[in-house]
Amino acid sequence: MNINLTLIGQSIAFIVFVWFCMKFIWPPLMKALEDRKTKIAEGLAAAERGKQEQALSEKRGVEVIKNAKGKAAEIIAGAEKRGSEIVDEAKSDAKVEGERIITAAKSEIDQEINRARETLRGELAMLATAGAEQILGKAVDAEAHRKMLDDLAAQL
Amino acid sequence: MASEELTTTGYIKHHLQNLTFGQHPNGSWGFAHNAQEAREMGFWAIHVDTMLWSVVLGVLFIWLFSKAARRATADTPSGFLNFVEWVVEFIDDNVRGSFSGRNDLIAPLALTLFVWILLMNCMDLVPVDWIPWTTQMIMHHIFGVDPHHVYMKVVPTTDVNATFGMSLGVFVLTIYYSLKIKGPVGFASELTMQPFSATNPVLKILFIPVNLFLEGIGLLSKPISLSLRLFGNLFAGEMIFILIALLFSGGLFWGLMGGVLQLGWAIFHILIVLLQAFIFMTLTVVYLEMAHSEH
Repeated sequence: MNINLTLIGQSIAFIVFVWFCMKFIWPPLMKALEDRKTKIAEGLAAAERGKQEQALSEKRGVEVIKNAKGKAAEIIAGAEKRGSEIVDEAKSDAKVEGERIITAAKSEIDQEINRARETLRGELAMLATAGAEQILGKAVDAEAHRKMLDDLAAQL
Repeated sequence: MASEELTTTGYIKHHLQNLTFGQHPNGSWGFAHNAQEAREMGFWAIHVDTMLWSVVLGVLFIWLFSKAARRATADTPSGFLNFVEWVVEFIDDNVRGSFSGRNDLIAPLALTLFVWILLMNCMDLVPVDWIPWTTQMIMHHIFGVDPHHVYMKVVPTTDVNATFGMSLGVFVLTIYYSLKIKGPVGFASELTMQPFSATNPVLKILFIPVNLFLEGIGLLSKPISLSLRLFGNLFAGEMIFILIALLFSGGLFWGLMGGVLQLGWAIFHILIVLLQAFIFMTLTVVYLEMAHSEH
């Protein structure tokens, strides 16, 4: 248990180790720890930001979908309206067309009737003439009886 | 041990003797061959084993931690780096907890003290005969030295020189910072104006020697208690390991008993090893905090 030079040697060794630790070991380790702390804090902040952004975009997405739905409903309503309009238009067009066709057919029929009537009249005059010739036994002078025949024909 | 006259007392004494290098009274330099010779060398002798092991362990600490320091980045740390950072953060937390001032020396000082003392204390857990016996064999067979004259104490903290060396450094730092922070006048008044104080000037002067005596004891007892606490704990632990080791020569039953006891004591000693390193570090920080703060 002698106190001797070892005491001084130990003190010197102690001072050297502490100096070395203070100079070359502690600062880089502390710096690394601080850096990591900052990095982790930044990472957490970024994650938080990301979460907020996600929530925000989700909200925005819901809004977009809502808008789209509204627009789609509008379009559908418009299309339905337009469709019924077209149907109505087509109906009225068809009515007009039908009436036009009916009118045309009627007038044609009238014309046909008139024409037939004319023809009949003519034929009747001829028939009457021929009947009269046979009854009278001689030719009827068509010229002489034209006036009478025409009157007859007009009465038909 | 490998001596002709292996007695219990001789075995214990041999284990408690440092390998001392110094000047013999007859003027020649060399290793002391026994405790008597070592004592006669006086102050100008050196414990080679204490110096060797403490420096080896200190360099081991420096090497391991500077390796970690060089590799330390903000990225994910590897296992070893993680361990080093854990130790560093542990020390940093402790220093922050008990040291309020700003001083870049304190934390590295605490780290060095803690790890160095821990490593030196851990040498106590190496079975007591391994390293001394190996050294004796090497010295005997290679250098032809009488093995009985080869001493090897592997636990530097069981050498009072080592613990005093550290506490002396702490003491010098305490004085230095006391003078630096409080100024010579402030430090002197701290030593002379308390614990007894008076408003009467005559009484004040009368109190000065009393106060100086009390505060002087307080000041000096810090490094002494600091070093003797560590020394005493480790010396006692070492002593018990040596006594347990004596059982191994007592036949199979006592040998097995010794094995069990050694294991038990080693496990318990891990606590002491850690605790003493931690106490030395914490008290150092506390003393320096006291040196930094005004009363």
